Formats: sequence, structure tokens, C-alpha cells
Amino acid sequence: MGGHGVDTVTRFFEMGGYALYVWGAYGMAFALIGLEVARLARRSRQRVRRAPPQRPVRPQWRRAA
Amino acid sequence: MHGRVNWFKYASPASFYPLAGRMLPWFAAAAAVFAAAGLYIGFFAAPPDYQQGEVYRIIFIHVPAAWMSMFIYVVMAMYAVATLALRTRLSAMMIAALAPTGALFTFIALWSGAFWGRPTWGAWWVWDARLTSELILLFLYFGYFALHGALGRDARADRAAAMLVLVGSINIPIIYFSVRWWNTLHQGASVSLTAAPKMAHLMLAGMFLMALAVWMYAIAVALARVRCIIRERERRAVTWEGMAWTR
Repeated sequence: MGGHGVDTVTRFFEMGGYALYVWGAYGMAFALIGLEVARLARRSRQRVRRAPPQRPVRPQWRRAA
Repeated sequence: MHGRVNWFKYASPASFYPLAGRMLPWFAAAAAVFAAAGLYIGFFAAPPDYQQGEVYRIIFIHVPAAWMSMFIYVVMAMYAVATLALRTRLSAMMIAALAPTGALFTFIALWSGAFWGRPTWGAWWVWDARLTSELILLFLYFGYFALHGALGRDARADRAAAMLVLVGSINIPIIYFSVRWWNTLHQGASVSLTAAPKMAHLMLAGMFLMALAVWMYAIAVALARVRCIIRERERRAVTWEGMAWTR
């Protein structure tokens, strides 16, 4: 290693000439993971529209106690 | 009965909902910690590969993603058995919660594999048994989305989709053993239970940490998604129960 800090950083991002491949692979992975988390967060925040309030429906799977 | 644990208590969506909510932050935190450690080892501590140089560092996302793509499908197949045999609703919801993340990791495995294949094999894609069977896995996930989406949200749709998942699970051993059964361009397993790993310790450590990270991530995301699904699908039940947990 050695050299100035900037060189070290540059060399890190160059990935020995394989920057396109390494960052292409990781970039897509992190972009998609970020997208999934963002979409899920939005879905979690969405208020569920409530069922029509007239008459509660007894769920089918439940046996009467 | 006194002292008896009711194992099926958490098979009910209504009781699993708050449990999933309590577990979620722990798995999310574990995923972040393992990913930070794994990426640190993968990019800073592990030395360059003596043949491939720096490009081998794709392994730290490629192999964990590929493992998860298959493992999530296996877990979905087990939930499919539960859906078909026990007719539990939560198991069908878990399939729906896991499938998008399984497809995501399948795509990441294929994508990172292409970006690794180009500099090392000279091709983005080859119709090799490992790559082709992994592509079929992606199509199986898409098939599940298409079928489940087309049929709707009732119990029959759940069972039909579960059957598709179960039948498709034949592809998993094909992916896994493809590198042994056929002559593939894709390399064989570097890590196995029976032989010493063919990798340097630091590389192996980074790979396992990243595998743990994607594992924890997948659990956290599945828990978050199943909570959404429970809220969306059980709202009639919720009205009946008069529960406040939908908010």
C-alpha cells in the first residue's frame, strides 16, 4: 500500500482494473435490496382500508367455541 | 392442560403478527452487523486472489445470494407442504412473504455471476447447467407470482400456488448437483461439509458472514412482509375480533 490517502481510495475504487465488474455486481445488489426495503416500508405504512362497517363477518376457519 | 405448550398458537396469523413485529428489529440489526463485518473482511481484510486479482471479491455477494435463492425456495416448499397438508393460512402467507426476496436473491446471483463470468470466462452468459437451472429457479418464482396473483387471495389460490412451489422444488437438487452431474463451466463447490474448504480463511470468513447477513436480511424482510400480508388479508377477521393491531 503506502502513498497518500487519496491514492489508496482511488486504488480501492479501481479494483485492480475490475471496477466495472465488482461495482456493477454490488451496485445492482444494493440497489435492489434498497428498493425492496423502501417498497416494504411504504407498504407497511399504508393504512389498510377497513372492511365495510355494517356487519362484521365471522371468519370461516374459526370454529365456534 | 397444565404445562403444555401450544405449538400451534403462533400458526394463527393474529398471534404471529405481534411476535413477528417483536422479532423483526433483531433480525434487521443482525443483518446490518453481519453485512458490515462481512463487507469489511471481503473488501479490506481479505487479500486479492492469486489468480483472479480483485474481481473475485464478487464472491462475497454472489455465493451468499445464490445460497439464499435456493434456501428460500426450500423453505417455501416446506411451507407449501404445511399449506397442503395442514391447511394453515399462515404458511401460505409465509410463501407469499418469502417469494419476492427469493426472486431478488436469484436475480442478484445471476447478475453478479454475469459480472464475474465476463472477466473470468469471457462471457456474460453461457448455457451451462448451473446457470440454466438457476435461471429456471427465477422463472419458478415468476410462475408463483403469476399463478398466485391471477387466482386471488382465497384458500384455493393458496393451495394451487403451494402445489406449484412444491413441484418446482425438484429444481433445487438439480441446481445444487449440476456442477457434479454435468461438465459445467461453472466451478464446483469450494465449500462442502465433507472436505476442507478450498479457500483462504479470511475469504471463507467473509463469505460466511455475508451468508449470515443475507440470511438475517431475508428473515427480517419476510417478517415485515408477512405482517403486511396479514393486515391486508385478515382485515375482515380483524373487524370481527375488534383488534387494534391493524394500525
